[in-house]
Amino acid sequence: MANIYQIFKKEFRSYVNSPAAYIFIIVFLVLTSWIFFRGFFLINQAVLRDFFSLTPWLFLFFIPAVSMRLWAEEKKLGTLEILMTLPIKDHEAVLGKFFAAFALLTVTIALTFPLPLTLVTISDPNIGVDMGPIVGGYLGMLLLGAAYLAIGLFASSLTENQIVAFIVGVTLSFVLFIIGEPIVLFSIPSALVPVFDFLGLGTHFENISRGVIDTRDIVYYLSVIAFFLFLNIRSVERRKWA
Amino acid sequence: MQDQRMIKVRNMTKRFGATIAVNNISFDVRQGEILGFLGPNGAGKTTTMKILTCYLPADSGSVEVAGYDVVENSLEVRRRVGYLPENNPLYLDTGVVDYLLFVAAIRGIPSGKRLKKVKDMVGICSLEREIKKDIGELSRGYRQRVGLAQTLIHDPDILVMDEPTSGLDPNQIIEIREMIRKIGKEKTIIISTHILPEVTAMCDRAIIINDGVLVADGTPEQLMRKGRGSINIFVKLNGPTEAVQEKLNDLAAVERVSMVSSEPSGFSRYEVKPREMQDPSEDIFQLAVANEWTLTELSREHVSLEEVFKQLTTKDKAT
Ligand SMILES: Nc1ncnc2c1ncn2[C@@H]1O[C@H](COP(=O)(O)OP(=O)(O)O)[C@@H](O)[C@H]1O
Ligand SMILES: [Mg+2]
Repeated sequence: MANIYQIFKKEFRSYVNSPAAYIFIIVFLVLTSWIFFRGFFLINQAVLRDFFSLTPWLFLFFIPAVSMRLWAEEKKLGTLEILMTLPIKDHEAVLGKFFAAFALLTVTIALTFPLPLTLVTISDPNIGVDMGPIVGGYLGMLLLGAAYLAIGLFASSLTENQIVAFIVGVTLSFVLFIIGEPIVLFSIPSALVPVFDFLGLGTHFENISRGVIDTRDIVYYLSVIAFFLFLNIRSVERRKWA
Repeated sequence: MQDQRMIKVRNMTKRFGATIAVNNISFDVRQGEILGFLGPNGAGKTTTMKILTCYLPADSGSVEVAGYDVVENSLEVRRRVGYLPENNPLYLDTGVVDYLLFVAAIRGIPSGKRLKKVKDMVGICSLEREIKKDIGELSRGYRQRVGLAQTLIHDPDILVMDEPTSGLDPNQIIEIREMIRKIGKEKTIIISTHILPEVTAMCDRAIIINDGVLVADGTPEQLMRKGRGSINIFVKLNGPTEAVQEKLNDLAAVERVSMVSSEPSGFSRYEVKPREMQDPSEDIFQLAVANEWTLTELSREHVSLEEVFKQLTTKDKAT
């Protein structure tokens, strides 16, 4: 536990000290604000739907960019050799890095709060704002983001090249997101449809962001996260069997 | 630990695909010993060190460090070892103090004592001038000190250092060596290098490996002998040259004697080749005393370890 915290601290400080992290956050905020205010003065509720249905696509690029350096950089610098010969367990290193990236993600998501808050304050009191989709949307963003992060972190452990880590992360996340989308579901044998529908990251996000918080969706995300973190631990160990 | 052997390597082999990086190596390192690990590039030094420090497992054989198996009890081993990997990898975007605090925390130094410990290391490694900087802003010599501080911060019993002086200028090399000597008094140390004077300067014992195979193990002195068969001795005294040569030749430990020079003053200089693994110096001294010759020189030929090294590490390749 103490080791996880130390790794977390080291990685989080690294984000705070790096200009890249600020650039990512600013770009993300600019894009989300633009999506939000683009339709803001036209219709109220639809605005939120747009916002939550577009963030998965922003995440697809934003999150692998956040996670790409976590292992690749250690490999490139050679510091992996120091880290893995310190008295820490492989899973402690993996979790410490994951939580650091997750903390950055949480901060970024929290910075978008003013958007729905604006909506609530200036909306017509006679119509009112349904809080369900807002809460659900944010929970969905956190879970989907964490799943993308676990995937991106795993991708980073496969290479010492951050760009490769980014591309692999985007591709893996995209595939997992898209397999539950109608476009894919129409083109596969119907027997596979329920499986793909269940496995798709997007399907579950849509459920949650509609404000329907179902434990099955949450368990699904936690499983995806656990699965990729597990793969990550194996791939860190892999140096030993190469 | 009881038998004072801090490192015990038995029949260790490690392959990378078709390359055999380390081939059936066995050696021990006793407590307090400074062992030089010599070999040309690609000999298998780094691979051996990675196995000792639990970064990589061996394919076969057994490796014990501080009494613990490196695979079964990896964490116990890592707690007791300080490791300076080849090329001294560091987090370049991290501040010197932040980095050392991180290592101190992972090394289990309680939070109340960490800052004090880091300050101590800054002092020992003479880093005072640079503590405000990020590691990436430091010169090579200072980076090496940060690497050393990282290696030493938990006061480990065992130090494993992979070419700690490579890439430094001569002054920096001397500083780093001094530091290692200073801190190494009670520690068991393995240092790999391909700079031979380093071994004579710092090590109690040396191992030479070549192409993954251990070709020599002994004190620098023994290695020199092994390479040359023997080390010649120079004698200068003032006896009758015929008699001196005859009597020297008669000594049991002497194989051959030849006169090098002779001076009008009556002193002559001889080169004595001892029999393999024998040292006739004492007998020569006694002989001079018995015959009332005045002995003005009794010295060993200077054999460079370079020569021996070259011989041992090229011989095998030829066959
Ligand atoms: N990760 C690796 N993959 C493939 N071959 C390797 C790897 N590490 C080392 N080797 C090979 O093993 C041999 C020993 O290398 P190394 O232990 O680095 O030697 P040294 O440190 O003595 O220069 C070399 O032939 C090297 O090419
Ligand atoms: Mg090496």
